[in-house]
Amino acid sequence: MTNTVDTSATGAAVGTTRVKRGMAEQLKNGVIMDVVTPEQAKIAEDAGAVAVMALERVPADIRRDGGVARMSDPDMIDGIIDAVSIPVMAKVRIGHFVEAQVLQSLGVDFIDESEVLTPADEAHHIDKWAFTVPFVCGATSIGEALRRIAEGAAMIRSKGEAGTGNVVEATRHMRAIRREIARLGTLDEPELYAAAKEFQAPFEIVKEVAQLGKLPVPLFSAGGVATPADAALMRQLGAESVFVGSGIFKSGDPAKRADAIVQATLHYDDPEVIAKVSRGLGEAMVGINLDELDDSQRYAGRGW
Amino acid sequence: MSATPTIGVLALQGDTAEHLRVLGGLGVAAAPVRRPEDLDRVQGLVLPGGESTTMSKLAVRYALMEPLRKHIGEGMPAYGTCAGMIMLADRILDGAQGQQTVGGLDITVRRNAFGRQTESFEGAVDIDGLAGGPFEAVFIRAPWVEAVGADVRVLGQVAHGERAGRIVAVRQGGLLATSFHPELTGDPRIHRLFVDMVKGQA
Repeated sequence: MTNTVDTSATGAAVGTTRVKRGMAEQLKNGVIMDVVTPEQAKIAEDAGAVAVMALERVPADIRRDGGVARMSDPDMIDGIIDAVSIPVMAKVRIGHFVEAQVLQSLGVDFIDESEVLTPADEAHHIDKWAFTVPFVCGATSIGEALRRIAEGAAMIRSKGEAGTGNVVEATRHMRAIRREIARLGTLDEPELYAAAKEFQAPFEIVKEVAQLGKLPVPLFSAGGVATPADAALMRQLGAESVFVGSGIFKSGDPAKRADAIVQATLHYDDPEVIAKVSRGLGEAMVGINLDELDDSQRYAGRGW
Repeated sequence: MSATPTIGVLALQGDTAEHLRVLGGLGVAAAPVRRPEDLDRVQGLVLPGGESTTMSKLAVRYALMEPLRKHIGEGMPAYGTCAGMIMLADRILDGAQGQQTVGGLDITVRRNAFGRQTESFEGAVDIDGLAGGPFEAVFIRAPWVEAVGADVRVLGQVAHGERAGRIVAVRQGGLLATSFHPELTGDPRIHRLFVDMVKGQA
C-alpha cells in the first residue's frame, strides 16, 4: 500500500508512509490555525501555532457568501509560504486530485481534502497514495476514518461543522470514533471480519486498530472550536490536537485568543490554566446553532 | 549514576508519545516533562521531534527554558531529535525571529535545511560506533548541522546524493542529537545508546 518513490541514485526515498505519517506525528499537541493573509499567518506563528492552514476565506465566510468554494489562489498560498517558517497546509475539494497536484507543486506541507470546500466528486475521494505530500481527511465515524486511511490519509480529523463556532458536531464525532475503537478491542477475529464489513473498510486496518487501541495515524479534532475550553474538551475526548478555523480571526482579539488556545491545548487537563487563559479574551466569534442550518448547509454529510 | 534511571521526555509539543514508547520497550522508566518540577525527577531528558518554534515559545512561556538550561548545563544527559536537536544547539540558522534554544551543544544547526515536507525522505545512515549496520533514518523537514565545535564528535553523515557529507548525528559528552527520528522506526539502537549514556556506561 505504500507509495515509495525510490530514488536509488541518492539512496533516499520521499513520500513513504513513514515520512507522511511521521510528519503528522510531529504536529501532535500543537494547534493548526486557519489564516487568510500573510499577516494573519505571522500572528499565528508568533502565538505558537504548529502549522497554518492557508485559505482564501475562513469557513464562516464561506457559509455567509455561499456559491462554490474551491482551492485558494496559488499567489495567496505562495504569500503565506513566504511569510512563515512553520508548515503550511491548504485545502482541496473532495475528489479534486488536480487541485491536490497543484498544491503539491507549490510545496505545501500537508493537504486537507476538505468538506468545507464544495465536493468535486460524488463517489470518489482522492487516491492519496499517489502523492508525495501527506493528506488529512475528515471523519464522522470509525468507518469513514478507516476508509480514508485505506486511501492513504496520514491524519484523521473530526468533521465538526466548520464556521459555526459550535463544537457539538465535533464532540459527536470524537465520541463516536473513540467508542468504536474501544469496541473493536473487545472483538475476536470472526467479529472483526463482521466489523470490517460493517465499516466498509479493509480487514487489515480494522484489525490493526483493534490491536493498537488507536488509529494507525494521528487523530485530531476540527470544526467549531472557538474557545480554549473547546480545545481542551477535544483533547480530553481523545484528540491528539486541534484545528481552529474561523474561531481565532473572527474573534475580538485574535493574537490573544490564539495564544490562549495554544496554552489550553498543552495543559488540557489543568482547569486552572484553562481558567487563567480564558480571562479577558474579548468577544468570541458569533456562533450558529446547528438547528438553524438546513441540510444543504451542513458540511459533515459531505464525503462518504 | 543510578542503575535504574528515569528518563524524561519533553512534552510541550511533538511526538513525545513515540519516544516514551521506545524507552518503555527498552525497559526504562520514562515520564513526560511539562513543568519545571518534572525535571527534578529525571536523570536524563529526550527532546522530541515537533515544531521547534512552538516548542521554544512554550518553554519560555512556562518558565522551563531556564531550568532546562540549568539542568543540562550541570550535566544532565540529553538527546534531541530533529526539533530537539535545534533546541540543544548553541546556534541556529533560518530560525524564526527571536527563536531561543536551550543550548549546550557546540554546534550550528540550519533549520528546515533538507527542505519542505515534499522533500522529506528516508534513507540509510551509518552511525559511528553503532553495531548492527546502517540506521534507517526518517528525515522530516529536517535540520542539518552546519558547523561543529572542537569537542563535538560527528557520528553520522548523509552518505549519498547531493547532500552527501551533511552532518546528521553528533555527540558532545552527555549530549546526543540526530536530525532524524529514530522514534518513528522500530529500531531502538540509538535510544539504547542514550540510555547507556544516562547510566554512565557509554
